[in-house]
Amino acid sequence: MSLPVEAAEALQTFQNAPGWEQRARLLMQFGDRLPPLSDVDKCEANRVHGCESQVWLVGELRDGRWQFAAGSDARMIRGLVALLLLRVNGLSAAELQQIDLPDWFNQLGLSRQLSPSRSNGLNAVLKRMNELAG
Amino acid sequence: MMIPSPWRADFPAIAALQRQDQTYLDNAATTQKPQALLDALAHYYANGAANVHRAQHLPGAHATQAFEDSRLKVAQWLNAGDSGQIIFTHGATSALNLLAYGLEPLFHPGDEIVISALEHHANLLPWQQLAQRRDLKLVILPLDDDGVIDLGAAVHLIGPRTRLLAVSQLSNVLGAWQPLPALLAMAKAQNALTVVDGAQGVVHGRHDVQALGCDFYVFSSHKLYGPDGLGVLFGRNEALERLHPWQFGGEMVLEANYHESRFRPAPLGFEAGTPPIASVIGLGATLDYLAGLDLDAVAAHEAALHDYLLRGLAARNGIRLLGQPQLALASFVVEGVHNADLAHLLTEQGIAVRAGHHCAMPLLKRFELAGAIRVSLALYNDSEDLERFFDALDQALELLR
Repeated sequence: MSLPVEAAEALQTFQNAPGWEQRARLLMQFGDRLPPLSDVDKCEANRVHGCESQVWLVGELRDGRWQFAAGSDARMIRGLVALLLLRVNGLSAAELQQIDLPDWFNQLGLSRQLSPSRSNGLNAVLKRMNELAG
Repeated sequence: MMIPSPWRADFPAIAALQRQDQTYLDNAATTQKPQALLDALAHYYANGAANVHRAQHLPGAHATQAFEDSRLKVAQWLNAGDSGQIIFTHGATSALNLLAYGLEPLFHPGDEIVISALEHHANLLPWQQLAQRRDLKLVILPLDDDGVIDLGAAVHLIGPRTRLLAVSQLSNVLGAWQPLPALLAMAKAQNALTVVDGAQGVVHGRHDVQALGCDFYVFSSHKLYGPDGLGVLFGRNEALERLHPWQFGGEMVLEANYHESRFRPAPLGFEAGTPPIASVIGLGATLDYLAGLDLDAVAAHEAALHDYLLRGLAARNGIRLLGQPQLALASFVVEGVHNADLAHLLTEQGIAVRAGHHCAMPLLKRFELAGAIRVSLALYNDSEDLERFFDALDQALELLR
């Protein structure tokens, strides 16, 4: 399964980022580019619990392809979620089932964001995505 | 001005953490351990573990002796004297649950339990749930602007229906001593039982439970440089007579039949099952270590570090402290910056501080905050730790702003 073009570009950008500071700047840039979520979608039903910040995730199948959208009031988690969405949006249900998302963050050099003690919420977002994708 | 810690080398984990580029400033959550404790644990396990209070054999006698010596050391640390007993539990949370269940038969619908607005969940939820079980009223003492329980309000809220007062000695979020003498006097005037959550307070200075005059005093070993899995409950003799056994099982029983049993008095009657023997012995070693320190020097060191922390925070723009911290810790937020983002970037730079609600959600909600960053100090921290924190904070804020 080949990477979506945007994901491949992001991967290269992150792999070329030398230190934590560069990666943090990149995360914020990716987060800033995430399309804002409508106020209607920022509802309790779409809240992802288990995050220090407020995170909302919505997703639907359009013509057999997943389209997720997300938002957060914190910038770092917004960046992490943006990197997640550009990896999964457009995949079929079968493709989404197969994908190894922790490995995706590992390749980006962001695997520490998924350690069990982290309360930033990326784990909770992945879990919610699994639930939505059934 | 440099503030070195003369006790830093006594805690081997500090050097180990430094080799991993980690600066540990989350001491209100748990503390690093002195070499004396590591030696005591290794000695106990290397020389023959045995269960306590049960066996007639020699290893059992040795373990029981060491275990009971620790009980004595804890009693001395709190100056309990003959006034009460030291009960070992599996943590401060366990001790507070023991009280909330063991005192339950004393409560009748409509009775009032009084706590404060700054309680840690451990000293809130057991009472909240007891109130729900027994149809009691949970009364919350409000705070003043400095984060101290408001005595003017307390005098009206502690009344004839008050059956129990349970308050923290030192807030884990606000770092302020609470006015215990006045509060305990109000409760006693109403013949209410008094519980002090000393989880944070016990770590700073020596406290005398006889002078305090509380019925129960609770703390956890691991915050006092001791092993985890161990809590301490001091109970005054008269109050312990009113406490019913909560958990049942081995060793707490005097005589067991298939259909009825009689139980031991305190302390063993409240220590069902095998206790955390190694941890109890380890806590004894930690207390020996602490008792050997010049505690005035420790207090002066902690005060100087705390002052250094507050001045550094005050020197930076947009930082808002929660309350008026007096010692040990400071919680803060930064204007226009999400605490989760700040926590993320401090973590990236190897600064171990706590972010979030600090197990005191209602208190944070009162400040209209979802979370805050907390820097908490221990006797082994030094000004270089704080300088590393400030450098990381400046870097993080530069990125985020």
